[in-house]
Amino acid sequence: MITIDPYAGERLKLSPFYIREKELNIRDAWSAWNGYKFADYYYDAEYEYFCIRNQCGTYDICPMQKYAIQGPDAAAMLNRMVTRDVDKIGTNRVGYAVWCTDEGRIIDDGTIFKLADDRFMLTCGSPCTAWLRKSAFGFNNLDITDVTDEIAALSLQGPTSCAVLKKMGLTGIETAKPFDVMHFPFHDDTLMVSRTGFTGDLGYELWINSGRALTMWDELYDAGADYGIQPYGETATDMARLEAGFIMPYMDFNEALKTVHFEHDQTPFELGLGWLVDFEKPHFSGRRALLKEQQTGPKWRLVKLDIEGNWPAIEAIMYNDEECSEEIGYVTSAMWSPAVKSNIALAMIKSEFIDGELWAEIYRAKELRQYRRMARCSKSTKPFWTHTRARSTPPADY
Amino acid sequence: MPTFDAIIIGAGHNGLVCAAYLAKSGMKTLVVEGAQYPGGLAQTREFHPDFHASVAHTISHFSSKIIRDLRLQKHGYKKPNEFLPTIGMGENSEHVFISDEVTGCISDKDADNYKSYEKRMRRLAKALAPFWSETMPRVGNNNASELITFAKLGLKLRLLGKDDMHEFLRIASLPIRDLLDEHFESELLKASLSWDSLIGSKIAPRSPNSAVLTLLYRMAEQSRGRHIIPASGSKQLIDSLCKAVTSAGAEVRCSAEVDKILVNGNREGLRTTGIRLTNGETISADHIISAVDPKQTFLHLVGVDYLDIGFTNRIGRLRSDGYVAKLHLALDGMPEFTGLDKAAGRLIIAPTMDSIEFAFDEAKYGNYTEHPVMEIVIPSIYNHSLAPDGKHVLSAHVMYMPHNLKGGWTTEAHAIATQNALKTITKYAPNIPDKILGYEFLSPTDLEREFHVTGGHWHHADIAMDQMLMMRPTYEAAQYRTPIPGLYLCGAGCHPGGDITGLAGHNAAQEILK
Repeated sequence: MITIDPYAGERLKLSPFYIREKELNIRDAWSAWNGYKFADYYYDAEYEYFCIRNQCGTYDICPMQKYAIQGPDAAAMLNRMVTRDVDKIGTNRVGYAVWCTDEGRIIDDGTIFKLADDRFMLTCGSPCTAWLRKSAFGFNNLDITDVTDEIAALSLQGPTSCAVLKKMGLTGIETAKPFDVMHFPFHDDTLMVSRTGFTGDLGYELWINSGRALTMWDELYDAGADYGIQPYGETATDMARLEAGFIMPYMDFNEALKTVHFEHDQTPFELGLGWLVDFEKPHFSGRRALLKEQQTGPKWRLVKLDIEGNWPAIEAIMYNDEECSEEIGYVTSAMWSPAVKSNIALAMIKSEFIDGELWAEIYRAKELRQYRRMARCSKSTKPFWTHTRARSTPPADY
Repeated sequence: MPTFDAIIIGAGHNGLVCAAYLAKSGMKTLVVEGAQYPGGLAQTREFHPDFHASVAHTISHFSSKIIRDLRLQKHGYKKPNEFLPTIGMGENSEHVFISDEVTGCISDKDADNYKSYEKRMRRLAKALAPFWSETMPRVGNNNASELITFAKLGLKLRLLGKDDMHEFLRIASLPIRDLLDEHFESELLKASLSWDSLIGSKIAPRSPNSAVLTLLYRMAEQSRGRHIIPASGSKQLIDSLCKAVTSAGAEVRCSAEVDKILVNGNREGLRTTGIRLTNGETISADHIISAVDPKQTFLHLVGVDYLDIGFTNRIGRLRSDGYVAKLHLALDGMPEFTGLDKAAGRLIIAPTMDSIEFAFDEAKYGNYTEHPVMEIVIPSIYNHSLAPDGKHVLSAHVMYMPHNLKGGWTTEAHAIATQNALKTITKYAPNIPDKILGYEFLSPTDLEREFHVTGGHWHHADIAMDQMLMMRPTYEAAQYRTPIPGLYLCGAGCHPGGDITGLAGHNAAQEILK
């Protein structure tokens, strides 16, 4: 008898690495990202976080959207879509970018891999096909392909990551500078490695045709056995990225095209991404709105907060004084940072209050009973956590 | 490199009107036109040796203000005293004649009702009339003068009195069929009266949307929607406009096709600097004013690199598929329509509203009907220069012939459409086939190619609720200014829309001169 799965189209897709991951996910802690089954954590989120900071870990980024954009008009199309100057990204280099609506509100952020003058890969957190189609309208010599399923990608992050790749046989990987892309022969195929990541630490991302995904995983884990390699999930990623001061969609910003309420989305200036907006470029979508905003100043600003005490300010409302006289903003991400040993957060604050006192109203449950505390916050301008190993080339061997 | 204050792209009537106003107020103005002659769809061309016609074969609501302002009568434009009656052609040689009153094959009741119907429509048209010649307010960003425009509209409607105001609000978006069914019995009368609310757009009697507003727009002038053919045709109007332009010191250059609108970008943003012709010549100007349709202007002449993505897609989505083909016949003598003494007037071959609807149904799905509906005039009756002595020209707007025809406008599709149109005409004028010396059938695709107008669309973009007033062609370009400083629109793709009115050109000039 043939049984037909009535939910076939509804079930989560499995990453090309899933066969290995399910053996390692001893807690069966799965959630979903872009329709893929995806680990929250494998064993213990904090343990995985410490692996990132002290040894190395792998994070499955197969669910991330990947688009191959190629053709004579590819650069022009991207340059008109994103706020930074794509022409300034060198070949085999990666650039972080945001793209905006005509009103200058952020649609999404992502990375642009320039692989040749007419060949790019764009990655982003969620599908962007409709906007890419709109962005490509009017350009004739251009081909955009969603290669999310074809390319398996694995992020390898942590101090021993370079050593692991060297041991795996990627000769010369230590010469890759941050945001460099290198290509290595790999079983009659090519393994692309970029020195990129979402942890603020030394790290790489590995890109391979899906058919070779398991071979790559096995060779990487063989090489990493003595270097403490471990898989990590979404929770550890979120901790590491917050320490590095990186923003996360649906936490620190809303995608403009999916936002219902007026101005519940953000602009690059509000998120402190003004450095990504290149007004030397005569035109890009949203430029007029952003130029105006640059002149008048953003209504809100995302700030990094160091908060007194040790209560994580999760979902806290921000006030201008301890008496809660005026509501001035809200916390978007918060945690106790193990590496920095402080209580950190990102918060959106109305610009006019940015230079005054900042107070977070924090709620915390202790054995089902809620407690409230007002905590004074101070702004910090630098990432909460950085390490020279993230930037040095070649990175020190661990 | 020659330098001007203003360059107008396209010497259609709107481009010429705009140029004349600008030149009159002292701007050094140049009009460039890709075709050999000015006039756009209103130009008069030879379609068969010694036989001439223009696609826009009559004039109905050309702005009298423009005639006065530009002193067109001094420049040779002469309005004839007589209006063409509209003649509804019945299938059994019965007719209705529509002018100030209706006569012919109708009941007394219909004749009576027409009087009150026409009076009401005239009052509504008069109330709306000022708004066609004003810049529409920007949505959500109103300065005092824009708010006044809103207030004036409200006041005008209020001053109509409660009955008329209620009636206007009730019927504004009504399908024309519903409106006419309320008033009349005669199918032939209703079909003929519906004609002017439909022609030119992708709309039929049962379509809710802009039919009533289109009708009121066409009734705005003193002519109240009645048509004329000047003694030397549409050409007379175009010639007088050209004279108004040149006598104000501006230049009209034909056979000068624009390849690109030049845009310069620096830290401050973008600005147009001039144009480049297809022959490589560049001409600079402070103001570039495009009378070309919005799709061509933005998507081809400017190029999407200089436009925001949302805006570009709104322009790209404009519905601009033409649905009207043009048939020109060179006739050896006067055609005889059964039961009509003389084919003097605008003959509507659309015996019932269903006949229009069914023709539209085919077009909706990318086909054309075997039984087209059409409007015919014999312009050579009024304008003797169109044909040799004793010969005549028959000119017909044939609906609904979709630009986006399934399988495309192949030679075969073209031939069958022509035959269908001829067969239909022959039913009403059996002697026509013997008199045909030559003919020309222009599908919307032919119109697009010959006249450089996207979709071969009369109005550059459908006149529809979402593409009119402050939404025409789309917000951010609806006040004749565009997102690119220095670039303006002045064609039918702007408020108030198409037809030979000159108002888009007039309104654009007022904005530029502000």
